[in-house]
Amino acid sequence: MKMSHKISRRDFSKLLLTGAAGASLGLFGTPSKAFGASKRVVVIGGGFGGAAAAKYLRKLDPSISVTLVEPKAVFHTCPFSNWVLAGLRTMGDISQTYAVLRNKYQINVIADSAVAVDAARGTVKLKSGMVLNYDRLIVSPGIDFKWDAIPGHSEALANTKIPHAYQAGAQTVLLQNQLHAMRNGGKVIICPPSNPFRCPPGPYERASLIAHYLKAKKPLSKILILDPKDKFSKQGLFKQGWEKLYPGMIEWRSGVTGGKIVKLDGTTMTVTTEFGEEKGDVINLIPPQKAGKIAFDAGLTDASGWCPINPVSFESTIHPGIHVIGDASVAGAMPKSGFAASSQGKVAAAAIVRLLQGKVPASPSLVNTCYSLIGTDYAISVAGVYKLTADGIVEIQGAGGLTPMNADADQLKEEASFAVGWYNNIIHDTWG
Amino acid sequence: MAANLRLWLAACAFSAAALLPGSVASAANTSEVNPRGLVLSLSCSSCHGTDGKSVGLIPPINGRSTSYIESAMLAFKSGARYSTVMSRHAKGYTDAEIRLIAEYFGRFSRNK
Ligand SMILES: Cc1cc2nc3c(=O)[nH]c(=O)nc-3n(C[C@H](O)[C@H](O)[C@H](O)COP(=O)(O)OP(=O)(O)OC[C@H]3O[C@@H](n4cnc5c(N)ncnc54)[C@H](O)[C@@H]3O)c2cc1C
Ligand code: HEC
Repeated sequence: MKMSHKISRRDFSKLLLTGAAGASLGLFGTPSKAFGASKRVVVIGGGFGGAAAAKYLRKLDPSISVTLVEPKAVFHTCPFSNWVLAGLRTMGDISQTYAVLRNKYQINVIADSAVAVDAARGTVKLKSGMVLNYDRLIVSPGIDFKWDAIPGHSEALANTKIPHAYQAGAQTVLLQNQLHAMRNGGKVIICPPSNPFRCPPGPYERASLIAHYLKAKKPLSKILILDPKDKFSKQGLFKQGWEKLYPGMIEWRSGVTGGKIVKLDGTTMTVTTEFGEEKGDVINLIPPQKAGKIAFDAGLTDASGWCPINPVSFESTIHPGIHVIGDASVAGAMPKSGFAASSQGKVAAAAIVRLLQGKVPASPSLVNTCYSLIGTDYAISVAGVYKLTADGIVEIQGAGGLTPMNADADQLKEEASFAVGWYNNIIHDTWG
Repeated sequence: MAANLRLWLAACAFSAAALLPGSVASAANTSEVNPRGLVLSLSCSSCHGTDGKSVGLIPPINGRSTSYIESAMLAFKSGARYSTVMSRHAKGYTDAEIRLIAEYFGRFSRNK
């Protein structure tokens, strides 16, 4: 820990008064300024993790001033972006803005990007040149892509011809336009990434909902999933759903059976696998992933390309005073999901409130559920409840798990309506 | 790393291990919110809405009494009450944790 632990004499005696708990506070990075003097938290990224953390900080302790840095005026949620591809939602339906966070929660929302972090001084520099001081910083930048992982691919190609649609917005629209322009009888190739990546069931929900669209509009078409992995999230449930709703339309090829792609040719719309070539009318290649760029620039990542954290408060184990949440963090057994990012944002907010009061945070409790829509009135889910043990964040045995196989139509329909209920509530809980 | 984890574990206030029924002042009787009860209860808001005030198709839980939430959670946990997803969540909490959660939400209720 390179950081100077400056604590005023008055605060130090306060610390002593709290006894054993105060002593263990030393395990959490002390902000560069004496605590109690000011309570300024800066949050980088207004997505599922960052926006929830900012809102809950203000809700739990209105004496904290919170600044949220997010370049986008309109945030399109990845959750439900596959529903847009199916024609079940519009881009407008998945658009969120920062008006409520600004006006109701009195969060200083700055439409800019963070370009540098000085952990020793406790400052964040923005693209505009503005410098923000913080007592604690939260970083929730989401993901970035490893563009050089697949020869022939590039960011420019992704922006014009081979969309990933794994950050919602223009990418979602590009993929949707390609599906609309495709002939009946065309082939859609989906290439999911290797682990770990955001939203493990995402590519397979996408295959389902593209199939929903094709079945109605272009029924002679096919979907080929070329996967580097040999198994995937909710596999049995997805396959059962595909057989029921889209028989013969979706083929999944695993890594060992030639699913791993080794080359892309955007001009001829061809991907090369270890077993041969496949031509697609639409190619949705989702590259392998790493933490968002600012996490690298701020020195918060380790050799894995993600950010190691102290699981009590999500404080970086590299730079004290900086908390990393959401997809960018290494959160033990938790998957990278919007639900998980939100849960981590709330745990980090509650911990920061305590730390800024000179108190020890409570033991964390974390949660996740990913709903996937396979067809109208047909949804499945995977749930997990997590706690901290000596092995880190682990899933509680006996809890969580999947929608049962062979569930009756009523239950699958109920799950589809609860998926909508979940979406509406998490959106309202985060931006509303 | 493991050594650090053990230290962090020991450091957190109201750690899961230290939590026995009656070992912490219950939130219902004091104005201060139990920090562990708060953290546990924040897990419900993504589905049930901020403070349990659902705006969607999942039932709201705000305004429910401590005993209502507690007995519903215990029924989901045992499987006595049918659910699509709640039993998978309720099984993740000890009875003492369920009590803390129920007390947290019970604070907003007129019937205790
Ligand atoms: C197709 C698809 C479907 C999905 N479906 C679900 C689902 O049903 N349920 C679920 O729980 N999850 C789902 N997810 C996963 C979910 O979208 C992510 O896990 C979640 O968005 C992660 O939250 P985050 O805060 O880490 O990142 P994000 O939500 O991506 O937010 C990051 C924000 O940081 C901003 N940012 C980045 N760098 C900077 C910088 N330097 N300065 C300022 N701001 C910056 C970005 O503009 C962005 O707004 C899905 C994902 C995909 C791709
Ligand atoms: C993944 C979403 C999800 C999460 C997380 C969740 N719930 Fe639920 N809850 C539901 C759904 C859906 C129902 C309706 C029953 C069912 O099908 O599971 C429900 C029902 C309930 C009910 C019954 C309501 C009534 O009117 O009788 C209670 C009480 C409840 N939940 C409490 C909680 C508490 C407390 C938490 C946090 C520890 C929680 N829930 C977390 C989705 C969720």
